[in-house]
Amino acid sequence: MQASHDQLLWMYHRMLLIREYEDTLAMVYFEGKLPPHIQKGLAFDIGAGTIPGEMHLSAGQEAAAAGVCVHLEPQDSVWGTHRAHHFAIAKGVNLDRMTAEIFGKVDGLCRGKGGHMHLYDPEVNFACNGIVGAGIPHAVGAALAAKLKGNGAVAIAEFGEGAANQGSFHESLNLASLWQLPVVFVCQDNNYGISVSKKASTAVESNVERAAGYAMPGIRVAENDVVAMHVAAGEAIARARRGEGPTLIEMKVDRYYGHFQGDPEGYRPKGEVRALKQSDPIIRLEKQLLEQGVLNEDQVKQARSAASERVQVAIAFARASAYPDAAEARQHLFAE
Amino acid sequence: MSNANTAAEVRKLPFYMAMVEAIRQEMARDSSVFCLGEDVGQIGGVFQSTVGLHKEFGAERVRDTPISETAILGTALGAAAQGMRPIAELMFVDFMGVCFDQILNNISKTTYMSGGAVKLPLVITASTGGGICDAAQHSQTLHGYFAHTPGIKVVIPSNPYDAKGLMTTAIRDDNPVVYLFHRGLLGLPVLNFIDAQFATDVPEEPYAIPFGEARIVRKGSDVTIVAFAQMVHKARLAAAELEAQGISVEIIDPRTLVPLDMDSIYTSLSKTGRLLVIDEDYLSFGVTGEIIARVAENLGRFTLKAAPRRLAIPDVNIPYSPALENQVIPQVSNIVEAVESLMNNPL
Repeated sequence: MQASHDQLLWMYHRMLLIREYEDTLAMVYFEGKLPPHIQKGLAFDIGAGTIPGEMHLSAGQEAAAAGVCVHLEPQDSVWGTHRAHHFAIAKGVNLDRMTAEIFGKVDGLCRGKGGHMHLYDPEVNFACNGIVGAGIPHAVGAALAAKLKGNGAVAIAEFGEGAANQGSFHESLNLASLWQLPVVFVCQDNNYGISVSKKASTAVESNVERAAGYAMPGIRVAENDVVAMHVAAGEAIARARRGEGPTLIEMKVDRYYGHFQGDPEGYRPKGEVRALKQSDPIIRLEKQLLEQGVLNEDQVKQARSAASERVQVAIAFARASAYPDAAEARQHLFAE
Repeated sequence: MSNANTAAEVRKLPFYMAMVEAIRQEMARDSSVFCLGEDVGQIGGVFQSTVGLHKEFGAERVRDTPISETAILGTALGAAAQGMRPIAELMFVDFMGVCFDQILNNISKTTYMSGGAVKLPLVITASTGGGICDAAQHSQTLHGYFAHTPGIKVVIPSNPYDAKGLMTTAIRDDNPVVYLFHRGLLGLPVLNFIDAQFATDVPEEPYAIPFGEARIVRKGSDVTIVAFAQMVHKARLAAAELEAQGISVEIIDPRTLVPLDMDSIYTSLSKTGRLLVIDEDYLSFGVTGEIIARVAENLGRFTLKAAPRRLAIPDVNIPYSPALENQVIPQVSNIVEAVESLMNNPL
């Protein structure tokens, strides 16, 4: 199933938007992180500044999100992780409200109660989760709901290679296969669970090998290539929609930033990220689009500045939003 | 649904059948309600908590699952977030240990973390309680863990009438509800281990009992006993003995731990001035301490005549041998002694 020009352009624009978003947050994140009261010896104060709390950025993983979400409808759901901005943006989460949430503001998706690891946008059926592997069975449940309702929706569990060593992963794959549910498990191998490499944590070379243990197809996308992911995800999602059950995909992606912003990354070989960027998925697609004449240089420039402008609008929206009223801390424990 | 029965002839049902009737009626009323869990399908649950439903509604809506508690609760969450109303059974509440992350970090937190944007209308059911020599891993009640976690409602019925009405409310609630049924109260032939009424009047028509409204089990004037589930029945037996000594006991069954009807307890204390809280969960950092702490914070509303007392599992695990199990689960004799000491030790 070859990507159409429209699909290629959609993926290109989304990937640009994600990259621009993450690179912008990476800088905004340090605003106010060195308040005058900071203790001597600390590099910065995680809880201070424009973006409070930890920050896990997804730059380098855009192709996974774009290659999957290009096939999705609003009623399809995505269940992500602590590092899920790429899928949120690709799924069409409201970027202004997402940014306000990340800033802890009242106009955020969750009125400032969730933060960047816990973004919920029911309008496009997106949720993400701060506990590694915890969201995987949620996708299975969404797929079960789709099956029981007969509405044709598909659920996506997106997670990292580290999550594939959690029990929730294995329980979820077994159950989804047993019940032939319309769910696709998208494992993104960025080679690191915080500091521990895949080799040091995982008994199999590729998690795709584990698919056989649950009697489902496994597809390996061995390069950080959105066109290849588009094909793999297209097959898996079509299978799910046909009622033929789940698929496990493992895609090679790269994590350009640290586990969290400010991570000294002592565990990473020097120059690794620079080397990884030689096969950057956005540049790869951009080259292809230029070579095929789908885009010209002017259009590339235009696309890049449009992404940048869109991100600036979102940042401005978040800056302008107010913090929630103190009384809201005690609200929303239960649905009314 | 009306019938020609007179009040004296109201139908009697055991606890488990009353609970199942509520589920059946809600499943018939609302196609989004479905059941999942280990053995809940074909055999109707090892405690018959879903008996007959698989036959009536089929395998799609009454789903036997693998032994995968994390997947069961995680699946329930995902389905609830997508508009379904799952009832997920954990069989033994002890098995919450296998899937606590889904309870602690996911089911209890989703609505709050989403700022109210996501609702999770789901029910977790589990059997609880000791008294049949099932030892430390199959005898706990653990309701304190759930109640300690913000974002979960906790229901602990003590009799068939409440079992039905509270289950109806649990299923209709738009929030996660943990519904705990005590094995000793179910009315199953092999588990009749409490000298208490197993079948009570249960109307056939659907009815819902609001959460947070205690039931006054017995009126009295000298001592207030607060008790849940099995302990309600032990308290009744103790109260009958104490009556013979001329001590009048009022028993309050809060029925739900979250929300908790403290006002009924305060009202009773205004009359009696003496409090005994009985729990089958662990003693320290638990339900008995919480209730007494709230009483302490409201001392201006009544005058206590004695220092409050509590009975619970005394911070040990539940042993196997009947000679030992009886030592840690509060017994009728312990309740009688505790009430006597309340009467004999004025402030």
